[in-house]
Amino acid sequence: MTSPPAIEAARLVKVYKTTTAVAGISFALAPGSITALLGGNGAGKTTTIAMILGLVEPSTGQVAVLGARMPRERHRVLHRMNFESPYVEMPRRLTVRQNLKVFARLYGVPDVADRIAELAGELDLVELLDRETGKLSSGQRTRVALAKALINRPEVLLLDEPTASLDPDTADWVRARLARYRQLRGATILLASHNMVEVERLCERVIIMKKGAIVDDDAPAALLARYGRDNLEEVFLDVARGRGESREAAQ
Amino acid sequence: MSAGPVHARAAGAISPARIGAMVARYWYLLRSSWPRLLDLVYWPAVQMLMWGFLQLYISQNAGFFARAGGTFIGAVLLWDILFRGQLGFSISFLEEMWSRNLANLMISPLKPIEFVIALMIMSLVRLAIGIIPVTLLAIAFFGFNLFGLGFALAAFFVNLLLTSWAVGIFVSGLVLRNGLGAENMAWTIMFIFLPLTCVYYPVAVLPTWLQHVAWLLPPTYVFEGMRALIIAHVFRLDLMLQALALNVVFFAAGTFAFLTLLKSARTSGALMQTGE
Repeated sequence: MTSPPAIEAARLVKVYKTTTAVAGISFALAPGSITALLGGNGAGKTTTIAMILGLVEPSTGQVAVLGARMPRERHRVLHRMNFESPYVEMPRRLTVRQNLKVFARLYGVPDVADRIAELAGELDLVELLDRETGKLSSGQRTRVALAKALINRPEVLLLDEPTASLDPDTADWVRARLARYRQLRGATILLASHNMVEVERLCERVIIMKKGAIVDDDAPAALLARYGRDNLEEVFLDVARGRGESREAAQ
Repeated sequence: MSAGPVHARAAGAISPARIGAMVARYWYLLRSSWPRLLDLVYWPAVQMLMWGFLQLYISQNAGFFARAGGTFIGAVLLWDILFRGQLGFSISFLEEMWSRNLANLMISPLKPIEFVIALMIMSLVRLAIGIIPVTLLAIAFFGFNLFGLGFALAAFFVNLLLTSWAVGIFVSGLVLRNGLGAENMAWTIMFIFLPLTCVYYPVAVLPTWLQHVAWLLPPTYVFEGMRALIIAHVFRLDLMLQALALNVVFFAAGTFAFLTLLKSARTSGALMQTGE
């Protein structure tokens, strides 16, 4: 018997006034899987993640996380999930320790001091704990945001461009930490990204979105084979520029 | 990354721990900035001194004001409870918008009611920091002891605070739904209460039709009650009970508006974009 999906979207639609951001997508993510949501700007990735988080109410269709329908039943599961994005910040005047304390208590983490010390060790934050969050570099702030996202040891972790604006070394470091976390905790990870290297390295499944719809959904190797490309960046460009569609039509 | 679930108590009913976390968050912010602390005292002190000296001047030249000593200073201090109570609530909320932290809170287990309770507690804390020193200044400069009003002060205080929270909840909902474009409402909305609730003059001064409007607002009863106490030395319990009844309606309406605006923000996607 297979486990129920960690995240399940069924005919999910989001319309903002006259703009359709998400146009009836369906997918299910197995527990412990790591999946990328790919797509150009305006493809509907962020809106999809926001609906999974319960931040946005779907126009029609359903999305469930760990069996709880979002956003209606979100308080059943919010303590079991978390989110990180460079576009959502933490209070800049608070120190790193103060921010992590606040979020640890919001998520009901026992032994707050121990958990912060543990994360500080793992994410190389020990020296930064008593510095104001707003005075850190973007790489340091990303590590702090990651610590916040892992503070409750989430079973479901959503990431929106987790390595945007990071230098290659720091980005690689973040990816290694995410892979390790998933390996140790068996967490389900869904990440929206424009970084194809990141997706190829981390993800075992790629969902490609365009204009609010899912246009492809497969393992990276299968996508490369199907599009006859050497890397996901070329696949992405094929999809973005409609070359995949014209090739299919020709065939 | 060691094993073990770390979220045993996160779900369930209203959580004092989550409320405490939010209060701690605002307290960390407040104590990290002396200009923020100074700002809480500065304007109430300026206002109290200005009105206090004006009253001193008038009372030396008019018999009525000689008898009604303290009404202006009392009005200033009570008005500040109303105004600063709402501002304390709304500014704490705005801090989340300014720091772009709202989405982090909205995806956490924090419930709207816990958020509102934390904002009410912070409103009280900010009010205490601002009003207590100013009240002591009023004693030192003008011999007016607000604490000397005893039980009446408690009745005034509770009623004014309830109105300020009801308005603060409503304004926070507006900002949540419309972004920082609605921020000005947080700073100015309470000023409509200044003429209508008759802070510095009796309700009888207003045109008859406007008196009906004034009596729909809970603070009107408090300011009338304050004048009755200082001028006629009578505590009007009836006025306080009417204010309380109206406050229940205001509070329920403010909470309903907040929850409706929050739901609307979820529908419109406003929670994702908490800027302008």
